[in-house]
Amino acid sequence: MRFGYSVKRKLLQLIAFGCSNAHLLNFKGGKIYTGKWKYFCNPGLNCYSCPAAGFACPIGALQAVNGSMNYSFSFYVTGLLLAFGVVLGRAVCGWLCPFGLLQELLHKIPSPKLKLKKIFLYLKYVVLVIFVLILPIAVTDYMGMGKPAFCQYICPAGTLEGGVFLLAAHEGLRKSIGALFTLKMAILLVTILGCILIYRFFCRILCPLGAIYGLFNKISIYHLEVDEHKCNGCGKCKRVCQMEVDPVKFPQSAECIRCGACVDACPQTAVRLGFCNRKG
Amino acid sequence: MVDNKKKRLLFLRVAGLVIAVVFICFGGFRGEMNIVLNKAITICFECIGLG
Ligand code: SF4
Ligand code: SF4
Repeated sequence: MRFGYSVKRKLLQLIAFGCSNAHLLNFKGGKIYTGKWKYFCNPGLNCYSCPAAGFACPIGALQAVNGSMNYSFSFYVTGLLLAFGVVLGRAVCGWLCPFGLLQELLHKIPSPKLKLKKIFLYLKYVVLVIFVLILPIAVTDYMGMGKPAFCQYICPAGTLEGGVFLLAAHEGLRKSIGALFTLKMAILLVTILGCILIYRFFCRILCPLGAIYGLFNKISIYHLEVDEHKCNGCGKCKRVCQMEVDPVKFPQSAECIRCGACVDACPQTAVRLGFCNRKG
Repeated sequence: MVDNKKKRLLFLRVAGLVIAVVFICFGGFRGEMNIVLNKAITICFECIGLG
């Protein structure tokens, strides 16, 4: 029996979700994991204030080092992102990101499904530059420390995975709820609704990590290729792509999460995903 | 033509990985990993919407 990409991918997504969030018992006491694995970053978006999280969030870590007193550029986190990007590109989004899996599950809720206007795809690059790269360095306190602006004003993963669970467990924290929390809850609700209606709404519109990995799709070792000699132009691959990519025209599109749906759909076996190039 | 494209791609991949390793080592050497750990093991008020 041969499993298609949809089965293989779901399996790996579940394993990655479990490995990223292994400390389930922390939910009980409203604690977070404080061990040494948090020296390392998860490849996908996963808030380190989630009680179950076992690793640091790469976007949170990048802002923390860039906004720290001593440094304004994180070689460590940039190096990790570069390595993940060169090896996997946006396959990280498709196969390893815990928040990506949550978005896909939300999209399974029955509802009318909508397409996304292309112009919105560029918003994530604006979010990356302004909230992740500029604000934590440019807006600092008297000690020279900047705040993680993306986490503070936008990140729905932090609100959901950290905020909701920790606030439910601690009355003291609940007393500090103010306008910022209301803003973040509003963004979370829009994200949830958006994901139900539009496939990977957050991933495509707002996620700075998706923006970074997308830039690597052109050179990533794990890549997609289409054999033009086999392709008969039927367009099935384009029709099944939920990220609205045409793999024949743009196999290295920054929006392709290497999900493999087009590989499964192609009747000519013209589409291929892999680490190596097609022979010949 | 195709060969040149392949060579360029290989160069970019190798260069990217070499730079990544150098960055990770240099960042680790100057103590960035401690900042990451300290941030990740305390509840981040910004993340949870209180900061
Ligand atoms: S599904 Fe296969 S044959 Fe049809 S257009 Fe796509 S690559 Fe070509
Ligand atoms: S082009 Fe293929 S692999 Fe890429 S997102 Fe679309 S269906 Fe998935």
